[in-house]
Amino acid sequence: MSPVLAGILQLLALIAALALAYRPLGDHMARVYSSDRHLRVEKWIYKGIGADPDTGMRWPAYLRGVLAFSAAGVLFLYLLQRLQGVLPGSLGFSSIDPDQAFNTAVSFVTNTNWQSYYGEQAMGHVVQTAGLAVQNFVSAAVGMAVAVALVRGFARSRDGDLGNFWADLVRGVVRILIPLSVVAAIVLVACGVIQNFSGIHAVGQFSGGSQQWNGGAVASQEAIKELGTNGGGYFNANSAHPFENPTPFSNLFEIFLILVVPFSLTRTFGRMVGSLKQGYAILATMATIWVGFVALMMWTEFAHHGPAFDLAGGALEGKETRFGVGASSIFAVSTTLTSTGAVDSFHSSFTGLGGGITMLGMQLGEIAPGGTGSGLYGMLIMAIIAVFIAGLMVGRTPEYLGKKIGTREIKFAALYILITPALVLVLTSAAMALPTPGNSMTNTGAHGFSEILYAYTSAANNNGSAFAGLNADTQWFNTTLGVAMLLGRFLPMVFVLALAGSLAGQKPVPETAGTLRTDKPLFTGLLVGAILVITGLTYFPALALGPLAEGLAS
Amino acid sequence: MNNSVTNTARLLGAGLRALLVLTVVCGVLYPLAVTGVAQALFNTKANGSEITSGGRVVGSSLIGQQGYGLDWFQPRPANGLGENSVNTQYKLILSGATNRSGDNAELIAWVKEAKAEVVKDNSTADYKVSPSQVPADAVTSSGSGLDPDISPAYADLQVHRVAERNGLPVSRVQQLVDRHTEGRTLGFMGEPGVNVLELNTALKELTKG
Repeated sequence: MSPVLAGILQLLALIAALALAYRPLGDHMARVYSSDRHLRVEKWIYKGIGADPDTGMRWPAYLRGVLAFSAAGVLFLYLLQRLQGVLPGSLGFSSIDPDQAFNTAVSFVTNTNWQSYYGEQAMGHVVQTAGLAVQNFVSAAVGMAVAVALVRGFARSRDGDLGNFWADLVRGVVRILIPLSVVAAIVLVACGVIQNFSGIHAVGQFSGGSQQWNGGAVASQEAIKELGTNGGGYFNANSAHPFENPTPFSNLFEIFLILVVPFSLTRTFGRMVGSLKQGYAILATMATIWVGFVALMMWTEFAHHGPAFDLAGGALEGKETRFGVGASSIFAVSTTLTSTGAVDSFHSSFTGLGGGITMLGMQLGEIAPGGTGSGLYGMLIMAIIAVFIAGLMVGRTPEYLGKKIGTREIKFAALYILITPALVLVLTSAAMALPTPGNSMTNTGAHGFSEILYAYTSAANNNGSAFAGLNADTQWFNTTLGVAMLLGRFLPMVFVLALAGSLAGQKPVPETAGTLRTDKPLFTGLLVGAILVITGLTYFPALALGPLAEGLAS
Repeated sequence: MNNSVTNTARLLGAGLRALLVLTVVCGVLYPLAVTGVAQALFNTKANGSEITSGGRVVGSSLIGQQGYGLDWFQPRPANGLGENSVNTQYKLILSGATNRSGDNAELIAWVKEAKAEVVKDNSTADYKVSPSQVPADAVTSSGSGLDPDISPAYADLQVHRVAERNGLPVSRVQQLVDRHTEGRTLGFMGEPGVNVLELNTALKELTKG
């Protein structure tokens, strides 16, 4: 069997597995967020928080909950890292410097998981397990909560009630993420991912002497790292490290974990707005872009243009033997079209065009299928833009899911799609214009520029992967990337919740013959087109200077 | 004003309490439960899949090692590996890739050098390796720098050298490589490979006996 055919079969197997999970998981999540009952554990947790899970919240209250919880997360994680040196169970690792601790705390709370540190030499058991891994759960649950609030905005009318943030947060963790993670972690251990607390210990080597290894709760973190589209690796090599991703099967399984919640949320959406077909139209949009990107990536990686790859006879630099080019291409696309940023191969050593595809994937806004929750709300914003464009063409007031898209709504949607490109392009220009940030580059020329463009793209879109040649552990990068992550996460959430509130306050308009059908393939086509055109126009000049210049030269 | 400050403080308090409760659930109970199950059901794997040879641990079947002499099968290059600089009470290997682009001069030089070396090292008196035979994995570094595998093509390429240096018939060594060549999982997942540490461990048994 040729590697290309094997790659295609792996893609098909993945699609089959995702299709099998789609209905049960999507329906389960819809029940979780619609149910009136509280589990006993949840009642204890609500008591601990001191919150009443049955109070409805209008959008400002919901937003305050999101912001307060996230602020507490940043503070706690920052302090945990600053105090690591004196905490027990830290394996002798010292405290993290202020700029790096700020960057890392923001990074994990915003679901980005950008890492300017080396996992194996910086973080002990306590910070990894009780700090970083906890944010893997809760940042994903916050994303899902905000997505569900937006869906309720469409589904509910008049009173502006978006649900209760604390209930959505706790349910997402207790009923969705924890059960799935437990199963996933055990499957990963069965593949060979380590799960122990043995600290750093010496192990013999073949040619005599010994090597020192990190032990750790790796499988439990790996499971939620993928499932919550977080992406922060226990080890520096992330999912390329054999202790995080030991076999070809574990690799496909991890890609499945990355994609399963974001794709299935479209079913949850369809259920909650009372039309599964609306969910399928969104799903079809996400799937079209994802499959298209995988096909492009496989094409460029198997063709391996580039002087070093031509000389070597393949683009295997930065890729593991057990995964090969095919599976690495699927992973790279899946991690950048979601907000994951985990890597099983190193994007900086992909072909010029391959690196461009990973960047463009993030620049689409990570909506195909996107992060847990953030993918769905990002895609719904694009759907509103598409409906608006269609409305302009025929001269009608646009509506979506029975709600009018008026001036107020379209303003929030427009602000949403402007914020991340503004962060990426302004900060990239600033870094290029200043004398010192460029010193962090490993490569020169177009690829050096790509390292910096990639970094801000990744941070502002909360992805977390990198062209990792860039030495990002400087005060400039720790600070500016941290700010990009914060604004790139929470400003869009403000707009989404404001929009949700505005929608939830409307009374539904009846569907007429003139209403644009948003549950048909035609709308999917319109939506894919709108996404590609808007992103293309925004980022083309920047991409032309980096990956396109590199890719076309070779 | 006073009112809004108290409100903010109260809200932050609720956020902090929520975080602490969820830290207990996700950061303590969850990893401990998974560790318990993992240690009970998959003890060897949960602890790093160590393998022994001649009564001593020689490493993990999952983690590639560097520094085999030319009598042994060679792994892939690992130019991206680092050494720890922060917590120097340990001597840790830092996993990682080179992150060099396809047009990077250094990477081009590394590939050229590695290719020449592979050709030179593996050509024996009655077996000449040509540069076109050298597979890509033999001259490129992996993502982790700890790739435990090489491609079957690279293993086959090394058979003559290993046989000659160990005084073994070529067919015996080729047999050994064939036995350690793993195909794709279920016929389509990943790529075929040969685990270098396992292969060398088996070779050691063979040369002893």
